[in-house]
Amino acid sequence: MAVKDVPDNVFMTTLDAAANWARSNSLWPMPFATACCGIELMATASSRFDLSRFGAEVMRFSPRQCDLMIVAGRVVMKMLPVLQRIWLQMPEPKWCISMGACASTGGVFDTYAVVQGVDRFIPVDIYVPGCPPRPEQLIAGIIALQDKVIKTGTINGREFAKRTSATGPAPFDADELIRIREANEQLPVLN
Amino acid sequence: MSHQELLQAHFPSAGLDFSEFRDNRRVIVPKERLVEVLTYLKTEGGFDFLSDITAVDYLEYDDATDRFGVVYILANTETGVRVIVKTFVNDPDPTLPSMYPLWKCADWTEREVYDMYGIRFEGHPDLRRIMMPDEFTAFPLRKDYPLKGRGERHNFPVITRSES
Repeated sequence: MAVKDVPDNVFMTTLDAAANWARSNSLWPMPFATACCGIELMATASSRFDLSRFGAEVMRFSPRQCDLMIVAGRVVMKMLPVLQRIWLQMPEPKWCISMGACASTGGVFDTYAVVQGVDRFIPVDIYVPGCPPRPEQLIAGIIALQDKVIKTGTINGREFAKRTSATGPAPFDADELIRIREANEQLPVLN
Repeated sequence: MSHQELLQAHFPSAGLDFSEFRDNRRVIVPKERLVEVLTYLKTEGGFDFLSDITAVDYLEYDDATDRFGVVYILANTETGVRVIVKTFVNDPDPTLPSMYPLWKCADWTEREVYDMYGIRFEGHPDLRRIMMPDEFTAFPLRKDYPLKGRGERHNFPVITRSES
């Protein structure tokens, strides 16, 4: 059916594109700030760098009101269940930025308590490198996420259903954990 | 009267070992006399503040005779004098009496030593882990525990994007 006589203030688009345009320009971040990256995250949101230029300044400390989780800082094994619960509490559609070396890989903290990258246990969309990243880098990450939402987003989140495997390195199975434990127990005692 | 004169006068045959390095005044006390010595230091010596309790694992020391050293750092809040009291415990089941009845602040510091080294404090009102999660089974600051752990940090469910 051809459309005739479209008024000047009416334009036509797909529902997906309209939803992506709205979502990408009004990201509401959930600041999961656990370390020094959190300071840069605060600086990004404040007046000098002014995240509100990109429509993402509404930091919400309730996961129910957010659609972008920014994991800023190292996550220890006691904190990871908290992180996972907060992620599960966020309504769809939602995205995750892993900010800084520690959140992405564990950074220099290769110890028993620190999770070696949150992408092993929750899905991550954008990684921002740096230790800590400067606010410009985080803003670049948010712009990249906006680009990703615009290019791949759908109004009902169909693209998420395809991501069935873990974002990060392959997860350890129980046997591998047992092998790690046994290898550790055979370490020679240093003297 | 210094803590050394006080203790030597009151415990002449307790086997106390005094030493000093710069302004660190140290006393090594046998485990059996620990409560007496600390009680006496608090009531008569004026050491009314237990600054910290910590521990050392001497597993890989060639000349060490004991496995764990437990260190009590006392302070006199009127004169500013500090004394470091040290005692030794051994495997299996390293146990010390709790100092909670003397100083209430021993509550959390003893829980910390228990969490990191597995040294139990008898008489402690609530000896739980304070830092590591409750389901953690090892004592991570012991020298026979590997730095990267035994896979505890990888032992979580994986949430993928399609299911969240």
